[in-house]
Amino acid sequence: MKGARPLLLVEDSPDDVMIIKRAMSDLRAADRMIHAPSAELALVYLRDAANEKPGLILLDLNLPGMSGTEFLQAVKADPSLVEIPVIVLTSSQERQDIVHSFDLRAVGYVVKPSTYAEALEALKIIDGYWSLNALPAGRR
Amino acid sequence: MRDSRPVLLVEDDNIDAMTVRRAFRDLKVGNPLVHVVNGEDALAFLQDEAHDKPCLILLDLNMPKMNGIEFLGITKADPRWKKVPVVVLTTSSEEQDVTESFRLSVAGYIVKPVDYRNFVEAVRTINLYWTLSEIPDHGVERINEGCQTITACGR
Repeated sequence: MKGARPLLLVEDSPDDVMIIKRAMSDLRAADRMIHAPSAELALVYLRDAANEKPGLILLDLNLPGMSGTEFLQAVKADPSLVEIPVIVLTSSQERQDIVHSFDLRAVGYVVKPSTYAEALEALKIIDGYWSLNALPAGRR
Repeated sequence: MRDSRPVLLVEDDNIDAMTVRRAFRDLKVGNPLVHVVNGEDALAFLQDEAHDKPCLILLDLNMPKMNGIEFLGITKADPRWKKVPVVVLTTSSEEQDVTESFRLSVAGYIVKPVDYRNFVEAVRTINLYWTLSEIPDHGVERINEGCQTITACGR
């Protein structure tokens, strides 16, 4: 996404990480992406005051250890992180997951596409929308 | 948008409301656009069970009677409405408004473009994103409430 702050990707699947990184590079979007392979590591990053806060978080739901849902709950309960928009990017199409994510204040819920072309199109739309948005400047 | 439920536009400026309506028409967005002029009227619309719940709310911030931030404070604290995505569409680019809106869990904050072409482009981008993204429906919530009631009675 355009803007001064990095994008945080919370994703355990190396294949999906590669696809998202490649798509972002093809789209010339998000020159700075931070990747956390687990929700625990993402929280450690976010809670370290020395680290730059991301402008946006892309979150997988099915993660080893702490789940994406638990991560979302933790971020939204933390006054220093609450305003960071979190988009869920998952293979789950369960209505319960969709409703629960929006209940926990996700700002979008995108089902992972099955082909690279579709993934590129999806990330292009996500990038287009969030580049148009004004985002909180955030504290460091 | 992803489903055919109405989009609720909360906007006191009639010219801006007309522009949104025109953009919906030009882009062939199929959702009905319901226009109310302030937060109070928006709440009244949501409270009336005869109306379909909107799939998305487009919210201006500076409005008489009940402004956008007050409206967010109420709807985002209410389990009936908190899930409905709200996109702020305003002339204000004040950092305080942006941060406060995201703290109140808006799903977007877009500063109104001045000319019509860019305005249409913004509406097109919003429509694309909310067609790609799932939007929560309200069926599950009702089922859950039903289950909870039964459990409570069982105890």
